[in-house]
Amino acid sequence: MIDYSAPDFWPILIQNVLQGLVQTLYMTGVALLVTIVIGLPLGILLVGTERRSFLERIGGSRGLSATINRILNFVVNLGRSVPFIILMIALIPFTRLVIGTFIGTTAAIVPLSVVAIPFFARMVEIAVREIDPGLIEAADSLGATRWQLVSKVLVPETAGALLLGLSTTVTSIINFSAMVGVVGGGGLGQVAYSYGYQRYSTAYIVVVIIVIFVIVMVVQILAGWAARRLAHRIPSTKSRTPLVAPPT
Amino acid sequence: MISLQHLHKTFSGASGAVRALDDVSIEVAERQIFGVVGQSGAGKSTLIRTVNLLERPDSGTVAVDGRDLLGLDAQGLRAARHDIGMVFQQFNLLQGRTARGNVELALEIAGVDRVERRRRAGEILDLVGLSSRADSYPAQLSGGQKQRVGIARALASNPKVLLSDEATSALDPETMRSILELIRTIRDELGLTVLLITHEMDVIKRICDSAALLESGRIVEQGRLADVITTPGSRLAADLFPLHDLPPDVSGTVVDITFSGGSADRPVIAQLARTHGFDVSILGAAIETIAGKQAGRTRLEIPGSGTAVDAAIADLRSQDLLVEVIHTPSRAAS
Ligand SMILES: Nc1ncnc2c1ncn2[C@@H]1O[C@H](COP(=O)(O)OP(=O)(O)O)[C@@H](O)[C@H]1O
Ligand SMILES: [Mg+2]
Repeated sequence: MIDYSAPDFWPILIQNVLQGLVQTLYMTGVALLVTIVIGLPLGILLVGTERRSFLERIGGSRGLSATINRILNFVVNLGRSVPFIILMIALIPFTRLVIGTFIGTTAAIVPLSVVAIPFFARMVEIAVREIDPGLIEAADSLGATRWQLVSKVLVPETAGALLLGLSTTVTSIINFSAMVGVVGGGGLGQVAYSYGYQRYSTAYIVVVIIVIFVIVMVVQILAGWAARRLAHRIPSTKSRTPLVAPPT
Repeated sequence: MISLQHLHKTFSGASGAVRALDDVSIEVAERQIFGVVGQSGAGKSTLIRTVNLLERPDSGTVAVDGRDLLGLDAQGLRAARHDIGMVFQQFNLLQGRTARGNVELALEIAGVDRVERRRRAGEILDLVGLSSRADSYPAQLSGGQKQRVGIARALASNPKVLLSDEATSALDPETMRSILELIRTIRDELGLTVLLITHEMDVIKRICDSAALLESGRIVEQGRLADVITTPGSRLAADLFPLHDLPPDVSGTVVDITFSGGSADRPVIAQLARTHGFDVSILGAAIETIAGKQAGRTRLEIPGSGTAVDAAIADLRSQDLLVEVIHTPSRAAS
């Protein structure tokens, strides 16, 4: 058992938790960046390559879009259905290829990204699917390229929904990052596991839970605030009543 | 300026195939305002969307300003679309951009640089009367103001042609009038050619030079309004002059007399009474300003039938009036 009354118990706890926190933020942050960079285009492609959608003729052929759509849907479904622990193990060769090793905090970023990308891609898909087709039509009537359509219309107009999807994604990455700790990936999960579980220290468990809770709260409050700021200009397409009363 | 020839378009829906366009041909001359009117589902939107190829026809040709659009590659089509502005019933503005930002979107897409974008957006917002609301978001604008932004966006890249898909249908009558006025002003000042579609005859009456009636994907009638109203049996003309249906108990001969241009102030009723000795009664009348000119249609009942009545009608026709016999009493009744 751990001796709570030892003079250096709390300083050591704080040091351990801080180190775990830094590792968690690092893993989550980098995994999040990778997730956005890959998941955003993936989600847009998932919607766009459908029939009668804005990318239904990639390279001038409907067949190519349909094929891409089928492949992406398969990959995303696969990524979402494999349990994380199994995914982590299955990814070991790939992780070793990319990072050089499959152990440690940096190596953990690979499975974290791989699990978060399909998750976020579905969020993006839902957001983009909700967009008013009239906006796409308007951009087309102005002679927009596909890139202009995506960068100037689709992404900015769905920014609020994308942000909320992103905050859910962050929460889930933090969740999974705790599991990475169990297999030596570091982070708050590992702190809770090696001190709280293996050495029966309730204090560690409680402190780690509080810290993670605070991170998740901060992320959600920030995302909610940002989304609301956007919503001042973006009334939901369902109700046509403006959120801001028109000045008289 | 806009030439659509033999357009066909069939949609295969869940409930079988729908012929949205069935051999539709339309010519819109430069600086003309051409209106296509028809009921919901007639194929109006499909038709106007073929002009900038938002919808590709199954067959037929689409030419704008002498350019065959169906022969263009993707890049050529995008360039051609910079010359064809379009406004929509639901405005289709980006909610995340201000009025100015929405206009600038068109210029960004057209590859105009930042300084010129700013200048041009200001200029065009001024033209549509929205300078004071340039920094408002669509959610802060009224329907009429939103449509002004829509028009400004459509005009930003200096198109030659403006397409309007029910641009005034979501607006109240007064706002509708002001937007139609704006479209006419723009046509006059910028020398634009306008193709608009609507389900409201009022829109045709107010600003169109020419019109076509679309029914189940077919053009039933088309022509200059000035000609249409003096065309016997014209359905467009009948819609332009809203007269009530015949009462069930008419006993005499019923005629519709259409006055237009110079004949508008002819004392027809007095003449029928004096010269032919008929006691006519007025069943209905409509006076409208059509294509900028006064025109009217009067429905008269002349008692009896036979040679005297025929002579009176022939007399009126000889004076360049359009006279259409709507009802003749049956032999048994007379
Ligand atoms: N994308 C589509 N898929 C299937 N049917 C369509 C499509 N677009 C239009 N239609 C059908 O074509 C007909 C004409 O539609 P539309 O041009 O929108 O008529 P309007 O604008 O005159 O109301 C309607 O029967 C409509 O249901
Ligand atoms: Mg329509």
